[in-house]
Amino acid sequence: MQVIINGESRDVPEAITAAQLVDLLELGNKRLAIESNREIVPRSTFDTHIFKPGDQIEIVQAIGGG
Amino acid sequence: MQNNDSLIIADKSYQSRLLVGTGKYKDMDETRDAVEASGAEIITIAVRRSNIGQSPDEPNLLDVLPMDRYTLLPNTAGCYNVDDAVRTCRMARELLDGHDLVKLEVLGDEKTLFPDTMATIEAAEILVKDGFKVMVYTNDDPIIAKRLEEIGCVAVMPLAAPIGSGLGIRNPYNILEIIENAKVPIIVDAGVGTASDAAIAMELGCDGVLMNTAIAAAQNPVLMASAMKKGIEAGREAFLAGRMPRKRYASASSPIDGTFF
Repeated sequence: MQVIINGESRDVPEAITAAQLVDLLELGNKRLAIESNREIVPRSTFDTHIFKPGDQIEIVQAIGGG
Repeated sequence: MQNNDSLIIADKSYQSRLLVGTGKYKDMDETRDAVEASGAEIITIAVRRSNIGQSPDEPNLLDVLPMDRYTLLPNTAGCYNVDDAVRTCRMARELLDGHDLVKLEVLGDEKTLFPDTMATIEAAEILVKDGFKVMVYTNDDPIIAKRLEEIGCVAVMPLAAPIGSGLGIRNPYNILEIIENAKVPIIVDAGVGTASDAAIAMELGCDGVLMNTAIAAAQNPVLMASAMKKGIEAGREAFLAGRMPRKRYASASSPIDGTFF
């Protein structure tokens, strides 16, 4: 299925969970936060949150800033 | 320095009155070394999209500046409206395990990066109601500063001059007015260029100074970080000591009595 991740369309397996998506993108060792359709996906729900086709997903991290 | 002279923000006590940003450094090593040299305990960070599929082993900011050592202050830099700013704060809170101290800035203009103070007030109201502890970047306008305090912001942070300009305090009497009216810490945020600018801010009675470019854009950022630390400390001590009155004419330092000529 197609989802939008950080502004780019990507093909991911059907019914993928947030935890599986993090692994798929090789971000497992990073501190990050996820938003789907402008709603926070809490880290405590990564194993149970299932994405749907067309979901607009944002994955963010901390970087240097003033 | 007096031992009990700590900066208190949202019930937490800090020994350093210098707050630093972590942007614009050439690499993570320089970021870490400059932050260490500054002695800062509160450091700002930005929240941005993760690079997906690109160098998964690239060093992470939070590896060199760990959360258990520093109080992280996620910012809303780059936000030009209320919605983006509020959304960024909520993402930051999730990113940092519920950490709710944020630096709110809602910008109004790309050339000056001056704040949109009306949007800033609106965003501050939403964030305070949502349980955030808001340190808010604003203009050097005493009326807006007071309004932001009344909303419940834990610190009000007027600019000295435009972000990244290095011009120093352009309107010291406004900053003084803000300080004298405030019941929350007033931290000059943005616009200082060198150590004397930081000292002047502290001599006016500011509770602290937040800076990034003045250190990161120096020829030797680590040395400038150390200079800023001393400028802040010197300015604070001078403020506490109470300066002598300014006089138009001279006043001899050696006694007149007992001269033999």
